Amino acid sequence: MAGKEKYPVLSVEDLSKQIGKREIVRDIRFEVGQGEIFGFLGPNGAGKTTTIRMLVGLIRPTRGKVNIAGYDLKRDYLKAIRNVGCIVENPEMYPFLTGRENLEMFARMEGKVSPKRIKEVVELVEMDQRIDDAVKTYSLGMRQRLGIAQALLGEPQLLILDEPTNGLDPAGIREMRQFIQRLAREKGISIFISSHILHEVQRICDRVAIINRGTVIRTGPVSRLLEGDSPVQWRLDPPDQGMDILQSLSGVTTVERSTEHDILTHMPEEKISEANQRLLEAGVRVTAIRQQHPTLEDIFLQMTEEDPIA
Amino acid sequence: MHNWVSLIYNELLKMIKKKRVRVILLIVVALIPIFTYAQYRTVQTTIEQLGTSDWRTVLQQQIIDSQNRLSSSRLPDEWRESLKLNIQQQQYYLDHDINPAAPGAPTFAREFVEESVSLFLPLLVVVVASDIVSSEHAGGTIKLLLTRPVRRWRILLSKYLALILLVSFIVTATAVLAILISGVIFGYSGWNMPVLTGFSQQNGELVTDHVHLIPQWKYLLMGYGLAWFACAAVATLSFMVSVLVRSTAASMGVMLAALISGNLLTQLAPTWTALKYLAFTNLRLTDYLSGSSTMIEGMTLPFSLAVLTVWSLAALAVAFTVFTRNDVLA
Repeated sequence: MAGKEKYPVLSVEDLSKQIGKREIVRDIRFEVGQGEIFGFLGPNGAGKTTTIRMLVGLIRPTRGKVNIAGYDLKRDYLKAIRNVGCIVENPEMYPFLTGRENLEMFARMEGKVSPKRIKEVVELVEMDQRIDDAVKTYSLGMRQRLGIAQALLGEPQLLILDEPTNGLDPAGIREMRQFIQRLAREKGISIFISSHILHEVQRICDRVAIINRGTVIRTGPVSRLLEGDSPVQWRLDPPDQGMDILQSLSGVTTVERSTEHDILTHMPEEKISEANQRLLEAGVRVTAIRQQHPTLEDIFLQMTEEDPIA
Repeated sequence: MHNWVSLIYNELLKMIKKKRVRVILLIVVALIPIFTYAQYRTVQTTIEQLGTSDWRTVLQQQIIDSQNRLSSSRLPDEWRESLKLNIQQQQYYLDHDINPAAPGAPTFAREFVEESVSLFLPLLVVVVASDIVSSEHAGGTIKLLLTRPVRRWRILLSKYLALILLVSFIVTATAVLAILISGVIFGYSGWNMPVLTGFSQQNGELVTDHVHLIPQWKYLLMGYGLAWFACAAVATLSFMVSVLVRSTAASMGVMLAALISGNLLTQLAPTWTALKYLAFTNLRLTDYLSGSSTMIEGMTLPFSLAVLTVWSLAALAVAFTVFTRNDVLA
């Protein structure tokens, strides 16, 4: 594994998939660095699962390249896939086997996994109490953890998790988030995580790619994506006159009435004082200005609205 | 090498833990006593009707019955031919002082395999074989299976080898259970009883030139060996269907329909000679040993083995091509 730092752990170039006449995924490209938590965000049906299936060799891309730990997935399939652990959609295991039997079965397929390693991953996901029970008796949370245990068996450099918080309760989601962060920080594993619930991954991802209708519409650090126009809430009297003034200002993107007296705008932070001054000059009373942090939902909605095909 | 052992072990573990194999064995264990009793009743009834337990009288009576039926003008030609062949064969047994139905566990096991080779054993095989790949799709576990550092063809081959091992086990277990269970009533003797084999057919005539006697244990080995071959062919075809169809119920349905149609067609249309190229009309391999007449002109043991082999190889080619190339979409 000499010189693995030279490569990103996962790099995807111009990845496309056409099924029939429909291009489900088009020219996707991104890179995931070592120890990075990378979010792959988009609504249901945007092409997330198809992309993930191409990353792990379940679907052959029509075009493009997937490179894992420096190995081309198509040319060096075995070497590339050895560095990946994944859960694609639901963590489906053999229900008639116990958790341990499932892990042992996948360990035999990995090749060189010691019994010690099985014990390690079981402890890591805190399943030691129930590991000898049949999987059909497990709760969804336990299945999810067993799924992560099987993904970690082969000591992968890259962990691919498809909607890992799906179906979990809030406590389970928090637990999963902490677990993912620990894996990345302590073990240096790169984690590729897909989600359609943006605020769930917003807090843990270093960078995100946003996918819609089969193409990535933006990639970048979460912090930079948050730098866009922030939502600002105004309480004005009289509201109608205030609204006209806000609308006439440059740099203000949306102006809408949220309640009787409240007006919601999107504008750059530095414009707030100028807007306030203009309102006061016009004799509009400003009772409150509340600046809110934009969520990925805001950004996503804004971007998809800008999308001309939409 | 170690890798292959692991992969096949995995597949066998799944099959056994799924309890299907246990159900199959239970079916066999439950049905053999019924067949044994049925056989017992038949022997008793024949003895009662003839008022004698002497098999020579029985055989003579059977020949006379057959001859009476032959003289009836309404008999279809095909039946007439097969009846004639039967008489010839029975006459041979009589002339050579050989009791064809000497009771005993080995005889029961021999007759059981002759009767079960075309439907009963293949049904058991279909039940275990048709979910071997489709269940991975249905359960979603195919995604875990195919994202391991193992090539797809190796995974499929390990499944196939495990299936063939399982088929061998089912055929062996059926033989052992048939002998053990029926022996309780019929006794365990008769291993060295001479059995006639080597019959062949030419232009509807039973050719007895190559007929010879072999001890019954040898006949049993040959019979169950041929049954194994038929079952392996059925397993291979089910295996392909299991790759092509993603639902276990559908794949089992397809195979059952094919199997039963194959059995029906030979009886419905014995003059339609093209039927002999179908896989499921060639399953009655033990008929070539016992000399029962085949339904369709031109079928011989090498021919049937060749047809089953060609079908199996084609099925494997399709299964491997589809499994290694297809996208796992949902």
